Amino acid sequence: MEKQLKVSAIKDGTVLDHIPADQLFNVIEILGLSKSLKQITFGTNLDSKLLGKKGIIKIADKYFEDDDINRIALIAPQAKINIIHNFEVVEKRILSIPAKVKSIVKCMNPKCITNHQQVETSFTTIFKEEGFELLCHYCERITDKDHLKIISSE
Amino acid sequence: MPKHLISIRDFSKEEILSTLEMATTFEKEPIQPLFRDKVVASIFFEPSTRTRLSFETAANRLGTRIIGFTDIGDTSATKGETLKDTIVMVSKYSDLIIMRHPLDGSARYASEVSSVPVINAGDGSNQHPTQTLLDLYSILKTQGRMEDLKINLVGDLKYGRTVHSLLQAMSHFNPTFTFTSPEELKMPQEYKSFLRERNIEYNEIINLNDGLNDADIIYMTRVQRERFTDPIEYERVKNFYSLNLSMLSGCKPNMKILHPLPRVNEISPDVDNSEHAYYFQQAQNGVYTRMAIIAKLLGMNEKN
Repeated sequence: MEKQLKVSAIKDGTVLDHIPADQLFNVIEILGLSKSLKQITFGTNLDSKLLGKKGIIKIADKYFEDDDINRIALIAPQAKINIIHNFEVVEKRILSIPAKVKSIVKCMNPKCITNHQQVETSFTTIFKEEGFELLCHYCERITDKDHLKIISSE
Repeated sequence: MPKHLISIRDFSKEEILSTLEMATTFEKEPIQPLFRDKVVASIFFEPSTRTRLSFETAANRLGTRIIGFTDIGDTSATKGETLKDTIVMVSKYSDLIIMRHPLDGSARYASEVSSVPVINAGDGSNQHPTQTLLDLYSILKTQGRMEDLKINLVGDLKYGRTVHSLLQAMSHFNPTFTFTSPEELKMPQEYKSFLRERNIEYNEIINLNDGLNDADIIYMTRVQRERFTDPIEYERVKNFYSLNLSMLSGCKPNMKILHPLPRVNEISPDVDNSEHAYYFQQAQNGVYTRMAIIAKLLGMNEKN
């Protein structure tokens, strides 16, 4: 069966494809979709040649600013963003990791002030050959890709 | 000059040098009551005798009044007050805040909520920039220059925040480093890459005797027992890094030994009277350096 049929098409809006299956709910969290009033359909653990298992999200009548959408580059760098008009892909967006990351990632240093008091986290992205690391604005420690934890909005 | 002193990373080479220059003038004339109308808040959320006394001496020499607390037990933080609320309140009472706090990054956060300058007197295991500046002042004073020095850092190079900050600050001045440490306390990779990116030479050794003779500065640090899982390993290392007078016979005449104190076994008392020993004067230099920092931050505030 064709994978397009598993999550029904939208007429207008944004499709986020090729999300690693284990990051789907983090992407939903980061984009604040749990509070959105738009029609949203999503699927996960779909077969993907590229990723093995992938997730996909389709949001009707919703278009994101670059700054918002780039935040998911931290956890789903290979994701493809398609803008849909009248069932056609009219634009493909490429994700790039933001230079500053605010409030969505938890600092991995347990002694960091941001893990003890209500302080919004803030990082500078350090780009490396093998990816990236985040330097905490407060405790000056590195949070690496393998320890990246998304702060839940709860 | 930044409005606050939070991290040595915020300081350019020029700002470091101008602070050291001002410390030199305070050393020549250490009693300068320029700020009689100012109130300095000295707030210590964890105890630290040496640093607090040094800061309060510096503030007193500048003629300021001092308010504050020396222990979290005295404060409403024990009633659950947030750091933000404490800082906002204290910045309404005072013209400058000197803060020590056990959490990493607390000083940066305090500077963001305070309406007056904040000096970081140690935020957890992160930064202690006035220690670094007084180390630099001691280096300048004993060597007469900052450029092209050979510096041997000894002891706990993995967890020691003073050696990491000193390394960052000295990187402006084309030094050559020797790192002397046991295998389990070696300099972390991120600092070694920091030096490689700047083409600063370093070599790593285990035996203390191998790095003594060509050094201009030997910077000793305490190896802490709690860093070791194996107590026998600690005993071995503890004695391995004990500097005594007989080891110094081949050293350069200008070589000085620095130590952030308190020391335990790593410098034998027979070194204290040697002309290479400088750790007690180093502590005294802390007063002049802190006077310079307080004066700079209060002076800037006056112009506003």
